[in-house]
Amino acid sequence: MPGELGHYALLLALVVACLQTVLPLLGAQRGHRDWMAIARPAAYAQLALVGFAFAVLTWAFVVQDRSFSYVAENSNSLLPLVYRYTAVWGAHEGSLLLWLFVLALWTAAVATFSRRLPQPVIARVLGVLGAVSIGFLALLVFTSSPFDRLLPAVQEGRDLNPLLQDPGMVIHPPVLYCGYVGFAVPFAFAVAALLDGHVDARWLRWTRPWTNVAWGFLTLGIALGSIWAYYELGWGGWWFWDPVENASFMPWLAGAALLHSQAVTEKRGSFAAWTLLLAIAVFSLSLLGTFLVRSGAITSVHAFAADPTRGVFILAYLGVVIGGSLLLYALRAPGTTSNARPFTFASRETLLLANNLLLAAACAMVLIGTLYPMFADALNLGKISVGPPYFSLLFVLLMAPLVLLLPFGPLTRWQQEQPNRIVAMLLPWAALAVIAAAIAWWLAPQGKLRTTLGIFAAAWLFAGTLRFVWSRFKANGKRFTAEMLGMTLAHLGIAVFVSGAMLADALVEQREVALSPGQSLQLHGEQYRFDGVSDHDGANYRANTGTITVLRGGNIVTTLHPEKRHYASGGQVMTEAAIHGGVFRDRYVALGEPLGGGSWAVRVHSKPMVRFIWSGALLMALGAFIAATDRRFRRKEDSA
Amino acid sequence: MNPTRRRRLIFVGLLVLAAAIAATLIALALQRNVNYLYTPTDVLKGDAGRHARFRLGGMVATGSFKRAQGSMEAHFVVDDGDARLPVVYTGILPDLFREKQAVIASGSMKDGVFVADQVLAKHDENYMPKEVADKMAEAHRKHAVPGQPPAGSN
Repeated sequence: MPGELGHYALLLALVVACLQTVLPLLGAQRGHRDWMAIARPAAYAQLALVGFAFAVLTWAFVVQDRSFSYVAENSNSLLPLVYRYTAVWGAHEGSLLLWLFVLALWTAAVATFSRRLPQPVIARVLGVLGAVSIGFLALLVFTSSPFDRLLPAVQEGRDLNPLLQDPGMVIHPPVLYCGYVGFAVPFAFAVAALLDGHVDARWLRWTRPWTNVAWGFLTLGIALGSIWAYYELGWGGWWFWDPVENASFMPWLAGAALLHSQAVTEKRGSFAAWTLLLAIAVFSLSLLGTFLVRSGAITSVHAFAADPTRGVFILAYLGVVIGGSLLLYALRAPGTTSNARPFTFASRETLLLANNLLLAAACAMVLIGTLYPMFADALNLGKISVGPPYFSLLFVLLMAPLVLLLPFGPLTRWQQEQPNRIVAMLLPWAALAVIAAAIAWWLAPQGKLRTTLGIFAAAWLFAGTLRFVWSRFKANGKRFTAEMLGMTLAHLGIAVFVSGAMLADALVEQREVALSPGQSLQLHGEQYRFDGVSDHDGANYRANTGTITVLRGGNIVTTLHPEKRHYASGGQVMTEAAIHGGVFRDRYVALGEPLGGGSWAVRVHSKPMVRFIWSGALLMALGAFIAATDRRFRRKEDSA
Repeated sequence: MNPTRRRRLIFVGLLVLAAAIAATLIALALQRNVNYLYTPTDVLKGDAGRHARFRLGGMVATGSFKRAQGSMEAHFVVDDGDARLPVVYTGILPDLFREKQAVIASGSMKDGVFVADQVLAKHDENYMPKEVADKMAEAHRKHAVPGQPPAGSN
């Protein structure tokens, strides 16, 4: 019975979402205060209903109610408890429900923290969020209900995809979705501003923290996915330019552009139309990302089932949201007013414009590379795939100028600046970066070009950003705000990330060899001794556990236990890499397959700096969160 | 022409220039890094001859997998229902690599053997890469082979 209650809750939520959309939007247009007042209670009601449906599904997984076909398909009685919770979003239906639940949370948060905004604004924002929610509710209720019954119930369920049975997968999807869905808030704001016909600095000041927080979550989500791929796929890579990774990376790039353009529009009034367009684009890319992954339109390790009716529904929904908002933009943007102040060529505005152009170009490049195979297939140009070299080459080319220009941004004044002043400030630090790069060239045993570029970029970003901090502290009487602290941390995060990304790939040492028990291999001056493989039982799998002892100069450094797991249901095999990590270097060991006579294929990597990649991402996310707490964003509104 | 207009003109000109450079770069990079997928039939017909590197898709033929004891060099045959092509790969095969299952191998032809530097396998028991499924469906239709399970039913 509770299963049906879950379904009814979703139906009821659909009705509430319709009310939340239609009445407040009409009310704001016609000035009916009563209609606008519906928005807030409706947002809370929707959270309660969707939250209830989510709880019902979770409960069905925990008690293993296999009369639900979704539960039977994605879990079984052997599944450990923690993975029963995460199995909720292990496939198409449940992940849509999670998306919707996160949207309901964000909407309720907007309803709560918007007391200071004029009523028509908040009515429009909540109305647009309601409209987004209608699409997802309809998709869930009409084409992919997770509450469909399977009668009679089956004795034993299938299993959650073993790839997803991992602690990383417990938190990766919710965090990623918080990012995707969070961009619905700036989107709703942009649509509200277009309906109103005026971009007000106060509204932007109010939206910026939401964009920051959403972008921070997206950063964390992508980093978690990358860590998961690193140790779970057993290949030792951290980024594959896989279509699903690209799907999350596109809104990230566009979101980074939005953060910066919002700052310009809020502080100077410039780029107002561009900011609105970006806000629409970021959320559209988030939707596209969600559905690319979920629709099976692209071939990828993560993609779920393809079902034609869902595909059509999803396409229609994307068409309405993206097409509708772009149409509104085309009609209203030219007439939208803002208080733009003029600026000259040498100014911070110009630098931020360059930042936006480069990030937008990178985003377009990823979009083209990701969708090109789909279009080629549709146009009968052959079955093709776009290789990682396309993405890496163009991404580095596009990001190089961004890295070079970044330290100039915070130091340069708004409106008008003497270029000589900034060049004089940064010249010593540029020289320092060049010296560091030269030393790197001399020391690097391999991958000289990559190492040198990586060290130069990291040193330049690091020194340039610290130069900004120094000049702020030297200038007496100027506060160092949370916004500045956040920006500084995020920019330092880029330096850390760049050093990790460039050096990990340039200096990696790896070998794939056949080893018999007792044999060993040499890597990075260390001896990896293979001590054979034994069997052991896990909760829902049997594992071959290898033992590899790492020795340096005859002393044991560590013992690693990589595994080959055979899952009980479905007979799937999973590789669990064993990693001995340090700040500066990871020892990474994965088992291949048995080669007969007790010998195994073994993959060993010595990866320097790989943790810098995710530490950098963490710093960027932290910076975004800290910037969102700036007091300026919470100031009582008196003047524009 | 007043200064504002001239500034705008320069700005728009730069923008167009940047867009043109970006478009050229993207087109060039795409051209170089696109990998086509062929079945053994296509390869034997000579369709793949134009490309030094390509991807080969099909099923691993029953009983074709061979690997000398203690050696990393794997030999197997990829079959699309119409034609067969021997493949050699040195290294660790993916977890889900098995006979009678779909694979996609990247590499190039050398003396009638496909030398692969990367092998990807389907990722669960029912899933077949859509592109391979499409290509194989053609071969099956021609020979009236009983249908494969639908792609991606999980």
